[in-house]
Amino acid sequence: MVLERGQVANSWRTERWDSLRLLTPNWLNRLPGLPYDGPDPDGYLAMGEVVALVERLASVTAAPVRTETAVTSVRRTDGGYRVTTDAGEIEAGTVVVASGAFNRPAVPPLAAAVPASVLQVTPFAYRHPAELPDGGVLVVGASASGVQLAAELARSGRPVTLSVGEHVRMPRTYRGRDVLWWMDASGVWDERFDQVDDLDRARRLPSPQLVGTPARATLDLNALADLGVELVGRLAMVRDGKALFSGGLANVFALADLKLERLLDAFDSWAVGAGVEDEVGPPERFAPTRVPASPRWQLDLGSGAIRTVLWATGGRPDYSWLDVDVLDAKGRLRHEGGVVDSPGLYALGLPVLRRRRSTFLHGIDDDARAVVEHLAGHLG
Amino acid sequence: MTVTENSQQDGRTADNGVDVEALLGAREVLKGAPEAAQFTWRATSTWTHGVHSTSSIENYFGLGEEQHHKTRTTFDIDHPEVFAAPDNGITPIEFLLVGLAGCLTAGVASVAQNRGIQLRSVEATVEGEHDIRGILGADPDVRNGFNDVKVTFHIDADASKQEIEALVAQSQKRSAVFDALTNPTNVSVEVA
Repeated sequence: MVLERGQVANSWRTERWDSLRLLTPNWLNRLPGLPYDGPDPDGYLAMGEVVALVERLASVTAAPVRTETAVTSVRRTDGGYRVTTDAGEIEAGTVVVASGAFNRPAVPPLAAAVPASVLQVTPFAYRHPAELPDGGVLVVGASASGVQLAAELARSGRPVTLSVGEHVRMPRTYRGRDVLWWMDASGVWDERFDQVDDLDRARRLPSPQLVGTPARATLDLNALADLGVELVGRLAMVRDGKALFSGGLANVFALADLKLERLLDAFDSWAVGAGVEDEVGPPERFAPTRVPASPRWQLDLGSGAIRTVLWATGGRPDYSWLDVDVLDAKGRLRHEGGVVDSPGLYALGLPVLRRRRSTFLHGIDDDARAVVEHLAGHLG
Repeated sequence: MTVTENSQQDGRTADNGVDVEALLGAREVLKGAPEAAQFTWRATSTWTHGVHSTSSIENYFGLGEEQHHKTRTTFDIDHPEVFAAPDNGITPIEFLLVGLAGCLTAGVASVAQNRGIQLRSVEATVEGEHDIRGILGADPDVRNGFNDVKVTFHIDADASKQEIEALVAQSQKRSAVFDALTNPTNVSVEVA
């Protein structure tokens, strides 16, 4: 059975902002037994459409979902696990933890030093610009969420400052194809978790600076600067009501630009080897990220110029209900490709769980097959 | 001091004189022993005369115990004649430039070793832009420290321009002094 604390696709219904669309194009959102068959393979699903997709999956597969059933505890027993829910107890031989990697916003402790006059929000609670007070916004974090919300808030007429640490730069399209087509086709996403050079780093990688829009527009830092967004370094400290930013902004730009160049080089040589040169456009290279002449390294949060701080600093999993000793020192699940460090316990739906593609919706297909195979073997 | 990312490139070997295996080994060990990774670096300073002082470095704490350098090193710190001082040594703020250059250069060598890139020469020029009206108290709107620091590397190596730029970028990413200069640090000064 499948236990769901709310309705099917709960977090897509309740923890996403209004304008959000998936980063992956529709044709890539194939789910087990549910290939994309709609009219817009290159489009990106809005949240209501994602909910409909997951509901359709539940119905097509006739998954035995128990909705409105929150798990409050999972404990080892002699034969497996005792799952306690707000609707009673269940004995289970095996348990698959599929509660996601982003249950709680990961707001840094320095948030406590932000003056009380400034509203603090996270993408979990943010819905649309009109909810925020008029006036300046400091967006902290430049992953997909950070760049999308910085753009949306700048377009709403608010002065936006974006604090940028290490990030992943990507064009929306490359040589006429969605950049994620390249990731998929070239085999980048096929890299297995046990082949990844630095797995810990791969699993912590911020989401790429992408947005799903009908125009397939690139939303990199240059595009944000063109919208009037002020780019500043990583937020290092809030002292005496002042936000202090790292002076190393130029280097995080250089790191991301160089990494993008290496990725495009790899795509180009793959295209030659795979014989698809004639099916795609000519190679492209993108202008380096423009470094502001003298990036600001402090911002007075008490002056009234900044009315909101938006923490686009990612999320972390919530395993407070998991009463089994399987977490590492940083509160992450100890597992080998989804096989958790406790017999009969499994995980699905985590970043780079078994391959790089595990991070994305369609990665569940292969992952589920592999994990279920192990699980069936465990049950004998 | 830097520790490189693990990205040995296939088939390339180089001898830059950096024991990358030892560093990578230490990284693995310290992942599971964070308390051994806590170091304390120390300098002691004695006033000589005027704005001249000498600073010595010999001991530090690390890997759970007191450690010491092979020899005690003493530095003269003074100010130049344009500051109406006898110039017995470099100015304190110049020591920051020395530290930054040394740290980034060590990083370039380590990352190059790890990536199998043979270096032939590495030269760095570090320039700190400093408006001294701050320290003189001549203008309260001028800060005491550097307004801007610029590092220029000239690197000759068996590598493409892109690979050399990546060496320098990775070196900054893992540099203790780059971090200490670009990010705020709590500093407490007490009278014992």
